[in-house]
Amino acid sequence: MIDTVKNAESTSDEEQPYAELGLQDEEYARIKAILGRRPTQSELAMYSIMWSEHCSYKSSKVHLRQFGDIPKGDRMLVGMGENAGVVDVGEGLAVTFKVESHNHPSYVEPYQGAATGIGGIVRDILTMGARPVLVMDPLRFGDADHPDTKRVLPGIVAGIGGYGNCLGLPNVGGEVVFDPSYQGNPLVNALCLGVMPKDRIQLSAARGVGNIVVLLGAKTGRDGIGGVSVLASATFEEDGPANRPAVQVGDPFTEKLLIEACLEIFDAQLVEGIQDLGGAGLTCALTETSAAGKSGMVAHLDRVPLREATMDPTEILASESQERMLAIVTPDNLPKVLAIAEKWGVIATAIGEVVAGDRLQVLWHGEAVVDVVPGTLADDGPVYERPMSRPADLDALQSASLPPYPEATKELLLQMVASPNLCSRRWVVEQYDRIVLGNSVLAWPEDAGVVRLSEETGLGVALATDGNGRYTRLDPFAGAQLALAEAYRNVAATGAVPIAVTNCLNFGSPEDPEVMWQFAEATRGLAEACTALATPVTGGNVSFYNSTAGTPINPTPVVGVLGLFDDVSRRTPMGFQTEGEVLLLLGDTRDELGGSEWAWALHRHLGGTPPQVDLQREKVLGEVLVSGSRDGMLSSAHDLSDGGLAQALVESALARGVGARVVLPAGLSPFVQLFSESAGRVLVSVPRSEELRFTEMCSARGLPLTRIGVTDGTTLEVQDVLTVDLDELRTAHESTLPALFGPLAGATAAAPAAPALP
Amino acid sequence: MKIGVVTFPGSLDDRDAQRAARLAGAEVTPLWHADSDLHAVDAVVLPGGFSYGDYLRCGAIARFAQVMPTIVDAAKGGLPVLGICNGFQVLCESHLLPGALTRNQNLHFVHRDQQLEIANAATAWTSDYEAGQVITIPVKNGEGCFVADAKTLDALEAEGRVVAYYQGGNPNGSLRDIAGITNERGNVVGLMPHPEHAVEDLTGPGTDGLGFFTSVLKALVAK
Repeated sequence: MIDTVKNAESTSDEEQPYAELGLQDEEYARIKAILGRRPTQSELAMYSIMWSEHCSYKSSKVHLRQFGDIPKGDRMLVGMGENAGVVDVGEGLAVTFKVESHNHPSYVEPYQGAATGIGGIVRDILTMGARPVLVMDPLRFGDADHPDTKRVLPGIVAGIGGYGNCLGLPNVGGEVVFDPSYQGNPLVNALCLGVMPKDRIQLSAARGVGNIVVLLGAKTGRDGIGGVSVLASATFEEDGPANRPAVQVGDPFTEKLLIEACLEIFDAQLVEGIQDLGGAGLTCALTETSAAGKSGMVAHLDRVPLREATMDPTEILASESQERMLAIVTPDNLPKVLAIAEKWGVIATAIGEVVAGDRLQVLWHGEAVVDVVPGTLADDGPVYERPMSRPADLDALQSASLPPYPEATKELLLQMVASPNLCSRRWVVEQYDRIVLGNSVLAWPEDAGVVRLSEETGLGVALATDGNGRYTRLDPFAGAQLALAEAYRNVAATGAVPIAVTNCLNFGSPEDPEVMWQFAEATRGLAEACTALATPVTGGNVSFYNSTAGTPINPTPVVGVLGLFDDVSRRTPMGFQTEGEVLLLLGDTRDELGGSEWAWALHRHLGGTPPQVDLQREKVLGEVLVSGSRDGMLSSAHDLSDGGLAQALVESALARGVGARVVLPAGLSPFVQLFSESAGRVLVSVPRSEELRFTEMCSARGLPLTRIGVTDGTTLEVQDVLTVDLDELRTAHESTLPALFGPLAGATAAAPAAPALP
Repeated sequence: MKIGVVTFPGSLDDRDAQRAARLAGAEVTPLWHADSDLHAVDAVVLPGGFSYGDYLRCGAIARFAQVMPTIVDAAKGGLPVLGICNGFQVLCESHLLPGALTRNQNLHFVHRDQQLEIANAATAWTSDYEAGQVITIPVKNGEGCFVADAKTLDALEAEGRVVAYYQGGNPNGSLRDIAGITNERGNVVGLMPHPEHAVEDLTGPGTDGLGFFTSVLKALVAK
C-alpha cells in the first residue's frame, strides 16, 4: 500500500526504518517536529537523502564557510552554492568547473561507478548553461600489486574512458597515485570544465506560478537507490563490496543527446531554471529548484517515464538513474522545448508546475505522498560541530627519523622512475581520448591540461589537480597548502595565470575526532593559502567516510587550479625541445625528504614533516613563469614535486628524446639535490639567446636560480654521479603498469613526438 | 568546393572534420542524419564518434539513417566520401567498403599518435601524399581491428586498395596492419586513424593529416 500523507496523519505512531536509511534518532525526531506528524515513506526517504552527509554537508559546513571569506576578486560570476562556480574569462565568455568524488560507487562497481562519476560532473557543468569541453580524473588506488587494485583499476580506467570518450570530451589530465591507505577505498574524483557566453548562465531556481516542470532525459529505473544516503555517507565494513544495485548504470549516448538538446534549449532562452539529477535524483532536483525559488510546486510522479512499471513513489523519488535534467519552462515555451527534445531523441515530460505558496507537494495518482516546505529539506538540515582531536600518533610520525640516505646512482634512478607512483601513466591515459573537439593544446604528460576556448583569439585555459595524501597525513594544514601550491605551480609552468580553485576533500569518517581534526586543519590551511595566492574557491565537494574497517584513508584534499591564457600559442611545454639549451633550476633546494616518494617507494617509510610552504615564493615563481612564456623566453618548464629534480629531468628528457648534461652545485649531497621534494621549484630550459634576459628578470624579482647544465644528446648525465641512456630510462619508466595490468595494445608503438613549437 | 560533414546522434569529431576541411580551404556544409538532401556538396565526410552509442554494432544503426541511401547512391556515382573511425565503420556496414571493424586486440580503447605508411596515393583523398610516405596522425578507437576473409584481404592488397598501413606498432590488431582501404574506383576511403586531428601544430602531432582534405579539393578541381 502506498503511504500517503493522509495515511501518515492517521498512523502517527507507526514505526519507521529511519536508522536503516542513515538517519540518527535526533534527526528523525526533528523531521517529525517539522512536519507535525510522522513523515510518509516517501518523505522519510527524501529527508534521509537531503540530510545525508553527501547532500547536506552537515559535518563540513562549519569549516567550509572559510572558503566564502576568501576575497572573490573581480572574475567570479557565481560562487559556491550553485551547482558549480562560474568565472569570467573575458571576450564575453565564462567558464565553470568543478571536481567531485565518486569513490564508493567505483569500489562497489568499478566500471559503472567511475563512468557515472563522469556523467554526474558533466551534468553539473551543463546545468550552469555551459558546454562541457574537458574532463580530468584524479585517482587514488591501493598498492599497485594488491589484488583489489587489480580488481578495481582496470574497470575504473575503462569506465572513465568508456563514458568520457563516448561523450566526446577530451580527458586532458589528472593523477594516478598508489598507497595502501586506499586499498579498500579507491578515490575516483572527476573534474569537468565548461564554457559559455556570459549571458547564458542558467540558475536552478523555480519561479513563476504556472510555469511547467519538465523532466528531460532517460527513463527512471531502480538503479542507484540509496546511493547518497547509504553508499556515500557511511564507511565500508570488512566484508567489502556489496550493494551493487545502489550504483547507477550509465548511458553516455543518452547524455550526449541530453547535452546537445539542453544547449539548444539554452541558446533559444527557453528555460527559467534548470537542475541536473545526480545523487539524490528527483528528490534533490524538485527540492532544490523549489527551495531556491522560494516557490510552491506540485509534481505528479505517475507521469514520470519509468523503466519498470512497478516502481513505487518512494523508489521514483530516490532513484539515481543517470542522464536526467529538470527544467522549469513557461507554458508558452513548452512546445518549443518539447520539439528540441524530440529533434535530439530525448524524452521530455511535463511532470508538474510551479504553484502559489511555499509547499512542495508530490502526488501519486492524485493523492499526496509528500507535502513539505522544501527549504526544510534543502537548507534546514542538521549542522554539526563534530568533536576534533589531534591524531594520537602524529607526534611519533612527525619525529620518526628517515632511513639513511643512499648514494645517488644510476640503479637508484632506474628504481625510482619505475616505482608505481613515478612510472609512466601511459597505460592509463592511452585509454582516454585526449584530443576530441580539437582544442587540446597540452594534455598528459604535461604539467597541466591546456585547452583553447577561442580559435579566433587563442583565449584558453589551463587546469591541474594535485594532492599528496602522505604530506597531509603528516601535517594536514601544510599538506593542503602544498596541494594548492603544486597545482598553482603546474598551471603557471604552462604559462597560464592561475585565477581560481575547486577542490574535492576526501577524508575518513567525520564521526572520528581525529579525522575531523585533519579536515579542520586542511580546510584552514587551504583557505589561508587561497587568500595568499589570490585564487578564490569557486566550489567543490566533500567526500567523507573513506575508510575500510575503521582505518581512514590518508586525508586527501585534491585541489584543482584554473589558469587563463590570452593566447594559448604562448604555452610552455614540459619537455626539452632541442639540444644546446641552458637548464635552470628555479627556487631553493633543501634537505626535505619527509613524506617523500623516495622514503615511501624504497622503504615504505612515512614520517617526518612535509616540505616547507612558501606561498610568497610560489607567487613570484608563477609570475616569472607567466612572463617567461609571454615573452617567449622559455623552451620548457616542468614543476618539481614527487621524486624531485631527478624525476623532472627524466620526464623532460623523455618527452621528446632530448637528453641533458647536468652539473650539480656544491653543497647538499647529490642524493638530496636529486630526490628532495622542496616546494617552489621548477626546471626550465632556455635558449642561450634568452638566458641573460631571463636570469636578469629572475634576479630583479628576487627569485633564486641555479644553472645546472645544458640539454644535450640522448643520455641523461649527472656529472660524476650517473649516466643513463634515454632508451634505458624509457623502458624502466614505461614497463611498470603494463607489467601489472597487461599490455594495452598488440605491439608497442614508437614514442610519440611532442607537439612542435611554432 | 563544398565538403559536407554528416552529424549522426553521437557523432563527436564532426566539428573537427569541419575545421580540417575549412583549414584545407573548403567551404563546409553540415549535413544532418535525418535529412536525405546532400545540399549540393562536392564531397562527404562521415566523422568519428559513437553514432547511436555504438549500440548493436558500431555503425550498424547509422547505416539506416535517412541520409545514408543518398550518400550510398552518390558514392556509387563517384562522389568522394571519407569515413573516419566511426565513419569507416559506417562505410563497412553500408557495404561501400569490404570487411569489418571489431574490438581491439586487447579489448582496450587506445589513443596514441600513430605512424602510417601511405600505400595508395591515387585515391580522391590521398593524392597529395606520395606512395610510401610515412605520416603521423592520432589513432583513437575501441573497435578498430580491421578484419576480412583472406580472399578479400588478398584482393585488397593485389588491387592496391589498401590506402594506409600501421607502422611502428599495430594499435588494435588489424589484419595485415591495415589502417585504411578504398573502393575499386578510389572515391570512397575508410580510415581508422584521425587525419582531422593533425591539421594544426598547436593541437595535434603536426599537420600530416591535412593532405586528406587538400587531396579531395584538388581532385574536385581537376574534374
